[in-house]
Amino acid sequence: MFELLATAIAGGLAVALVAGPLGCFVVWRRMAYFGDTLAHSALLGVALSVFFSLNLSLATAAVPLTIALLLVWLEQRGGLPLDTLLGILSHSALAAGLVLVAMLDGVRIDLMALLFGDLLAITGRELMVIVAVAAIILALLVWLWRPLINITLNAELAAVEGTQVTAVRTALMVATALLIAIAMKIVGVMLITALLVIPAAAARRISRTPEQMAVFASAIASISVLGGTALAWQADTPVGPSVVVVASGLFILATALRRQ
Amino acid sequence: MSTPLPLVELRSAGKSFSGRAVLENISLILERGAITTLIGPNGAGKSTLVRVILGLLKTDKGDCINRAKSIGYMPQRLHIDQTLPLSLLRFMTLAHRNRQHCLDTLTRVGLEGLAEQPLHQLSGGQLQRAMLARAIVHQPELLVLDEPVQGLDISGQAALYRLIDELVAELSCGVLMVSHDLHVVMSASHQVICLNGHICCQGMPEQIRNDPSYLGIFGAATAIYTHHHDHVHDSDEGGAHQHSSDCNHD
Repeated sequence: MFELLATAIAGGLAVALVAGPLGCFVVWRRMAYFGDTLAHSALLGVALSVFFSLNLSLATAAVPLTIALLLVWLEQRGGLPLDTLLGILSHSALAAGLVLVAMLDGVRIDLMALLFGDLLAITGRELMVIVAVAAIILALLVWLWRPLINITLNAELAAVEGTQVTAVRTALMVATALLIAIAMKIVGVMLITALLVIPAAAARRISRTPEQMAVFASAIASISVLGGTALAWQADTPVGPSVVVVASGLFILATALRRQ
Repeated sequence: MSTPLPLVELRSAGKSFSGRAVLENISLILERGAITTLIGPNGAGKSTLVRVILGLLKTDKGDCINRAKSIGYMPQRLHIDQTLPLSLLRFMTLAHRNRQHCLDTLTRVGLEGLAEQPLHQLSGGQLQRAMLARAIVHQPELLVLDEPVQGLDISGQAALYRLIDELVAELSCGVLMVSHDLHVVMSASHQVICLNGHICCQGMPEQIRNDPSYLGIFGAATAIYTHHHDHVHDSDEGGAHQHSSDCNHD
């Protein structure tokens, strides 16, 4: 019993730790809709993996990754505005995922767990994958921190100053896709963006530097995971929504603190 | 005496967007230690030419050779998102790791004492100077300024032009400046390029002043203009006048 909870909390905290800084970029770069699109496409990844008997974590990472790279390419090509593209991709992926899951008769697939997360169901092996991927994302963010801030500030200025804008932007997209693959276990595809955006938005209220905001966002996400898991454990509520409810509470608290 | 190769060289460069030629047959040279001013009416392709020289756009005809090892760029405007908490000093240290040098550069552009100020709380003129500070913090070989004086008051404009002169003398960098301010163009530049899709005329300010194609675009009464207008005045009218929406001044 205790081991189950410890595994769940360790996985949740690993995701929360990287959701903080990555969520800041989602807020700064106005990528919330982008995050939603990738998250929805992860559901399609799950369905495809069952349909074609592929490795589950590989497929759930591969589909958002493909969509992310596709978007980098489409964005550079110009043409349709990005939010229109996202609107098409996001809901097409979600719908296709749901249709495919429904067609998988007889296969036991817990749709609720996919949509809203089931932190308490993660296994020891899944925990290892989550921690390893989180470590990779964190290393990537630390390594590219300065160029990432610079392209966020102004891409042209960064390019003139010698930043490889496309490479850095692609790395950010890949990091986001990877996080979505591991965060799906914790909060489910419908609520991943909430775990990215809400802690970062709360942290903005109390931060004076980008670094401070990233650290506070990680802390707020971690507290949300701990509080949400406790709530789920005590009141037998679904974990994902519980985590997001706690995060929203912290956002309101941070807003109130700022006012004083 | 062997002369070093010019800092920037364009040879018959051209650029089209979806079939429409924005720049045609542009040949120009930017030298070290010289200030070149680029003027031209709205839609003349000034920004496109700047972006070609900066390497942000590729030409589809001709060549653009930029030999500058470092470039300082002051964009026309910088949108600062409120969600990004960034002090003026951090804005500088993002470009140059030496904190003291960043503070010195801020002092140089007249922003001393504002280092801890959040960027999005700076006034338009202060932000303008902050962008200049960032452009020069690396002591670049080429300095590109896209309408650097917009939003600055008269003394701020004079200080900025003085600073640019100082920098040229100090670093012997090349300067490319997009300007609407014809009065200053005529006094401060070593070379003026008058652009309208193609290069109408280029040369020393004194030559340009009397060039028929320049007069054709800007009119003979340039002396009374202190900024570019996209409409025609009655020559003796000094009072209020209407601007179209894309004419950026008060």
